[in-house]
Amino acid sequence: MTVALHIENLTRRFNDLVAVDNISFDIEHGEIFGLLGPNGAGKTTTLSMLSTMLKPTSGSATVNGIDIEHDEDGVRKSIGIVFQDQSLDEELTAWENMDFHGRLYRIPADIRKQRITELLRLVELEDRKNDIVKTFSGGMRRRLEIARGLLHHPSVLFLDEPTLGLDPQTRNHLWQYIATLAREKGITIILTTHYMEEADQLCNRVAIIDHGKIIALDTPQNLKDGIGGDVVTIRSPDPAAIVAALAEPWITRVEQHNDEVIVSLQNAEQHISTIVTLLNTKQVPIQSIGIHKPTLEDVFLSFTGKTIREEEANHKTKMRMFQRMVRH
Amino acid sequence: MDIIYTIWLRNMKRYIRSKSRIIGSISMPLFFLLFLGFGLNSVVQLPGIGGNYIVFLIPGMVAMSVLFTSVFSGIQIIWDKQFGFLKETLVAPVSRLEIMLGQTLGGATTAVLQGFMILVLSLFIGLHVSNPGGFLLALGFMVLIGISFTAFGIAIASRMEDMTGFQLIMNFVVFPLFGLSGALFPISSLPAWIGPITLFDPLTYGVEGIRYGLTGVSQINPLVCGAVIGGFTVVMTILGAFLFRKIKL
Repeated sequence: MTVALHIENLTRRFNDLVAVDNISFDIEHGEIFGLLGPNGAGKTTTLSMLSTMLKPTSGSATVNGIDIEHDEDGVRKSIGIVFQDQSLDEELTAWENMDFHGRLYRIPADIRKQRITELLRLVELEDRKNDIVKTFSGGMRRRLEIARGLLHHPSVLFLDEPTLGLDPQTRNHLWQYIATLAREKGITIILTTHYMEEADQLCNRVAIIDHGKIIALDTPQNLKDGIGGDVVTIRSPDPAAIVAALAEPWITRVEQHNDEVIVSLQNAEQHISTIVTLLNTKQVPIQSIGIHKPTLEDVFLSFTGKTIREEEANHKTKMRMFQRMVRH
Repeated sequence: MDIIYTIWLRNMKRYIRSKSRIIGSISMPLFFLLFLGFGLNSVVQLPGIGGNYIVFLIPGMVAMSVLFTSVFSGIQIIWDKQFGFLKETLVAPVSRLEIMLGQTLGGATTAVLQGFMILVLSLFIGLHVSNPGGFLLALGFMVLIGISFTAFGIAIASRMEDMTGFQLIMNFVVFPLFGLSGALFPISSLPAWIGPITLFDPLTYGVEGIRYGLTGVSQINPLVCGAVIGGFTVVMTILGAFLFRKIKL
């Protein structure tokens, strides 16, 4: 396995706000790598730097061995990008959007034509190729953008929130495309997402990013295993009492979170009755109790002490203040 | 060159498809021409330029058509910014100068086409082109106005966040440029204190150049017109390219 991306101490500041804080990691060739985190965590900023759209404040990175600061055009030739916001020309047809891109990347006419046909077939837009993009649905536009990002045969493809705002069916469909692409074309794919299942299902490895820092990086399975077994969520008017009552050796971890207590343990199904009995004898009231296999959401919670949604609410106020600052 | 052509081609495709825009931007100079031209033709006495106000007005309306279309074409990159398409262009391995030049030539082409349509329509209301050389000269001036003011539009758009400032630019920059250019009246008939101001308006030289080409008469020497509007085109292109290089998304 060779290294497709090498990132070292990459940092980006906007005035006082540190959007990306000293991150370092490598991405291997042919990998689907996920940057998972709430909105405003620094995912898009990281991607902007790696795609040479934004200069890092400090640190360095290489894409296919090419330095992002010293050879912008070299990097740009070897990457494809699908931006978070749509970037198609709605007045042009699907074919014309592809053709424009092909010409910008100086692909010779005959090869260009052949690849466009091939890619439009891949994303199942062949029969709509002469329709104006304005008439396309969100999912179709996304597929067209992915096809366009692949036209110049990049070896690394960046997907910034590729399924944002799409319905679940289209989302599943797109995941399949992305997985097939990585497998069949051997393209390294780096995607950002704040959907836990997306990272879980699609990515070989996931970096969890929050406040500009990488707080965990591993395969989704290893991350979930790190939780220490299954997750039992107990809701109670007196959560502190539960934490005190459950100091047992077979319990890996007990954490209070608002009016909930989150308990990690192996083989939760076998222990659930013991837990209930224990709490009953100590006369701790239980409102509800639930068991589930750990998800990346639990991983995020265990590392940050917050759910991803709480983090997003936090970030939104911060970003709003930040934007106001920048504007004035 | 191929990149400039690519950007130009996109502009042409969008232009040809926007029928309402084509008709919309023809209609204003055409109505001006018809209402002002016929309305004032018998009232207005033009000292030393023959008697026909319509023929006087035609070059002005051609210039107006080129001016408004080109500024608008330049400012349009704000829409590309807002709709995200500009990112697609900027992240490609091409220089921003090529993108800017393609955009400028695209805008200038649409502007000249719009002006040309007014020119053709004018043939039906009194314009006689006796000298093909003069016609080509007028076309040359139209091209220079088109390039310079598209570049001007790009320069403005590079510093603007969204289209909210568009009306402001139109009312306080473009319209005065048009009004002071001598498109509607001979600059010599203005009071002595306004007269010199018109000489600071680059469009004045464009209008006078076109007028010389089409009618053979102008109040400013056509060589001076060519030099000034030519110089203005160079300056605007450099300014536009410079500001476009620093554009932030």
